[in-house]
Amino acid sequence: MVETMNNFTTGYISGINGSVITIHGSKDFAMREMVIVGNLKLSGEVIAIRGEDVIAQVYEVTTGLKLHEPVIGTGQPLSVTLGPGIIGNVFDGIQRPLESIMKLTGAFIGRGIDVDAINMTKKWNIDIKVKKGDMLTGGFVIGTVKESSSITHQVMVPPTLKGKVTKVVPSGAYTVGETIIIIEDDKKTHEISMVQKWPVRDPRPFINRIPVSKPLITGQRVFDTMFPIAKGGTGAIPGGFGTGKTMTQHQFAKWSDADIIVYIGCGERGNEITSVLEDFPKLIDPKSKRPLMERTILIANTSNMPVAAREASIYTGITLAEYYRDMGYHVAVMADSTSRWAEALREISGRLEEMPAEEGFPAYLQSRLSEFYERAGYVTSLCNKTGSVTVVGAVSPQGSDFSEPVTMNTKRFVRSFWALDKQLAYERHYPAVNWTSSYSEYIDELTPWYEKNVNKDFMVNRTKLIALLQEESKLMEIVKLIGSDILPDEQKLILEITKAIRLGFLQQNAFHEEDTFVPIQKQYLMMSCILKVNDKAKILVRKGIPVSVIKKTGVFSTLSKMKYTIKNDRLESFNELENNLISNLDELLLQYEG
Amino acid sequence: MKLEYIGLENIDGPLVVLSGVKGAKNEEIVEITVAGKKKLGKIIELREDACVVQVFEGTRDLSLTNTRTKLTGNPMMMPLSEEILGRILNGRGKPIDGLGDIYAKDKRDINGMPINPVARKYPRDYIQTGISSIDGLTTLIRGQKLPIFSGNGLPHNKLAAQIVKQAKIAGENFAVVFVAMGVKYDVAEYFKRSFTESGVLEKVVMLLNLANDPVVERIITPRCGLTIAEYLAFTLKMHVLVIMTDMTSYAEALREVSSSKNEIPSRKGFPGYLYSDLASLYERAGMLKDQEGSITQIPILTMPNDDITHPVPDLTAYITEGQIVLGRELFQKGVYPPITILPSLSRLMKDGIGEGFTREDHPDVANQLFASFARVQEIRALAAVIGEDELSEIDQLYIRFGKLFEKYFIAQSEDEERDMEQTLTLGWTLLGFLPVAELDRMSPKLIEKYYKAGSNERLLYKGI
Repeated sequence: MVETMNNFTTGYISGINGSVITIHGSKDFAMREMVIVGNLKLSGEVIAIRGEDVIAQVYEVTTGLKLHEPVIGTGQPLSVTLGPGIIGNVFDGIQRPLESIMKLTGAFIGRGIDVDAINMTKKWNIDIKVKKGDMLTGGFVIGTVKESSSITHQVMVPPTLKGKVTKVVPSGAYTVGETIIIIEDDKKTHEISMVQKWPVRDPRPFINRIPVSKPLITGQRVFDTMFPIAKGGTGAIPGGFGTGKTMTQHQFAKWSDADIIVYIGCGERGNEITSVLEDFPKLIDPKSKRPLMERTILIANTSNMPVAAREASIYTGITLAEYYRDMGYHVAVMADSTSRWAEALREISGRLEEMPAEEGFPAYLQSRLSEFYERAGYVTSLCNKTGSVTVVGAVSPQGSDFSEPVTMNTKRFVRSFWALDKQLAYERHYPAVNWTSSYSEYIDELTPWYEKNVNKDFMVNRTKLIALLQEESKLMEIVKLIGSDILPDEQKLILEITKAIRLGFLQQNAFHEEDTFVPIQKQYLMMSCILKVNDKAKILVRKGIPVSVIKKTGVFSTLSKMKYTIKNDRLESFNELENNLISNLDELLLQYEG
Repeated sequence: MKLEYIGLENIDGPLVVLSGVKGAKNEEIVEITVAGKKKLGKIIELREDACVVQVFEGTRDLSLTNTRTKLTGNPMMMPLSEEILGRILNGRGKPIDGLGDIYAKDKRDINGMPINPVARKYPRDYIQTGISSIDGLTTLIRGQKLPIFSGNGLPHNKLAAQIVKQAKIAGENFAVVFVAMGVKYDVAEYFKRSFTESGVLEKVVMLLNLANDPVVERIITPRCGLTIAEYLAFTLKMHVLVIMTDMTSYAEALREVSSSKNEIPSRKGFPGYLYSDLASLYERAGMLKDQEGSITQIPILTMPNDDITHPVPDLTAYITEGQIVLGRELFQKGVYPPITILPSLSRLMKDGIGEGFTREDHPDVANQLFASFARVQEIRALAAVIGEDELSEIDQLYIRFGKLFEKYFIAQSEDEERDMEQTLTLGWTLLGFLPVAELDRMSPKLIEKYYKAGSNERLLYKGI
């Protein structure tokens, strides 16, 4: 990279409209270039060039700016700093650590703050893996650093560089800025340190995509069993206010079996970020047995923080995710909420006086959404490791209307769709995922994995479960009109068993020690137990035993409580439970026949 | 020396355009003098050829030639000191109680600065309001923002006044900031009277932008109020309750300015940034790490046509930590407070109730009451079709439970104060009307400890 540090493009402010400014005085500004705005040194980004007028969005509040204050170009697009020290951090939308900002300006966020994205003075122990004379290409691993107890950081050659190693330092402790190797390519030398920059709007390159085949196990029954998402896949959680989008995202972030979680709080509540910050260091990752914070990266651009930085936060987050993917990790990105990001787009588009499409959103809303979701994937990285980025986006439809532009367009680009339902939330049925309007397109791709790793009947049973629920929703239409009393007993049984499914299986208590995370094996056993009881009960009903009598044995309520009564590490008790339930029913049958 | 600019270029609704202005800052306050009277305005757009100013007091009487405009060099500042307690201010933060100006110890930009999320403390202490449906089912937490969604003619003011009166906001060290935006004179007077009656008036700061005050002023009223609240909470370490009414009028003022700026509207003509704008108010609630003091917000908004999907309630609820919804149906049945519990919610409640906070059974009781009452609503819908007599035995029990729940749990009189213990016991008594097999949200341990089957109405009369 040729650095032209000494001849910056300079111009001056010639117009201010909210977070959007017009710059005059130079034609050398490039699209998407980062600029330093005004005497307050606010950061901004060039978003349009119209003849004389260069238009930039400013990532900070523009109050107090004056016309004719200078604007300086940085010659670089909006980029993130990549290197050891990212994990466990809380960043704002443009990768400034909020802890460092707090040290500078206290409890409230000030302006024009210039802080390093990662700690530049801390020394990291690097284990060098290359030697002089090696030919390196982009993405090649130079050395490894233990970044947290569960994450080994692979220090890689930036994807754009290659060459022969002419100098290399011995393994040992260095700061991230120190040169660790020098490579030569076509007579040009490049000094490489532990950090590299990458423009957030460009996807990081990889060798090739691999078809998805493994589920992202979340420990949540309605996801893992009913509507799974693949590692490297995309999913969306739309829901009106109060339906539990954020809670669901938190559960994903806490329990999913990804190696690294990037949680993007995009235009949401400050207290939600605080709750993550208070909870995650205390919670233990079931896989690595280490505090969850040691695998989590938080991006927090809350609703009251500047709107342009909110637009950038999504890209910042996914670029960090791609970087760890390149090291061979499975990364899950939670974006809460993509609607707020879309609104930021709309606001900036409005200030640019662009022609709006639906509901004031710009016409490029859908292409931006598809670009974002396409950055998910299961890939072979440049250093020949396999890693994945899974993206789960929350959507907050206005007026709970799923036909609004953000929900509609998101639906086109995601393959798992978990619709949250107001009515379920009113009943305090959480997670309030509606089982008739949600879907997962990954079922076919994931079936072999479930059959091999859980049980060969898994998908067959899942289909049965869904069929029962479908049947119930049909029956409920009738019940709404005439009540359940006059239904024949076969149908009453369906209502009873699906009630047990709803209470005992679909509902999951995020605040219960045992129920907040449920291993996939237990999910299977619960499901098969319910189905076995159903089969047996059907026989009884066919023999003429009324459902009300079966209900008195307490089998259904036992089913709905087994999630609590059987501990996650005592799965063998399922045998006993099943035998008990079946023999209860057998006894009843005997009494009846005898 | 400050320059004065004579005349204007353009006047359009609340906006005026000046030309040839030198050295103006974005969002700085300007003073416009017309016929000896001063009006305040804020610069909202700067161009080489023009400077667009939004005039808070309205543009009446202005002409292109009769004005003199002066730049103040500052954004809108609010003078602050502890003397502000007990004062009555207008919508721009100027005293109107005839007691003179506020002696300023500190002056702050009314736009405030966003609280750094890592500096926040997660709110966990509940505030007992003495109202069963709030304490039991949508518990208010200190530092929370919990709006009341209401409709025209519903008793939201009564409810807010009752909360102020009964809320135990911890002893002496509390204050109330009351922000009125576009409300009627009577309403402001009602609150003043009720503050006097409950003896808190000297702890209250009132900011009044009444229905006949300039519309654009409404945009700064809540910002002045919240700046005062931040000063009281984080400088003077008080526990501050902010009541803001009516947020719908506020949003309408925003729409008015937006449309005169020719901005592209989104839903129902409201500007696309309504969400961000509302968030810049609501997010000023909260608590800070290692600091005393808190800001709890109770914004009140009237849903136009009782429509909860209207952009103002909708976007509000996406920002606030829950909502208390008042319903016309309950009101017409004569139930006070007419809190419709199913759509009501307190997001922070889960971390502030239960063992160590209120009582061990609180989460389960709340959960069960919600679930059972949701069932009641389903059965009522069915009963409307087939008639109550045709309902099954168990459904009849639910109908009875629903009636009693509304009559004894939700309803209470304006001066009735129930403590948490009473509210929870009342909940159990009501659940006693349902057979134990129906309590599917309750842990068996709690059922054993608290459940008594076959309650009768006499128990409820006694208020147990």
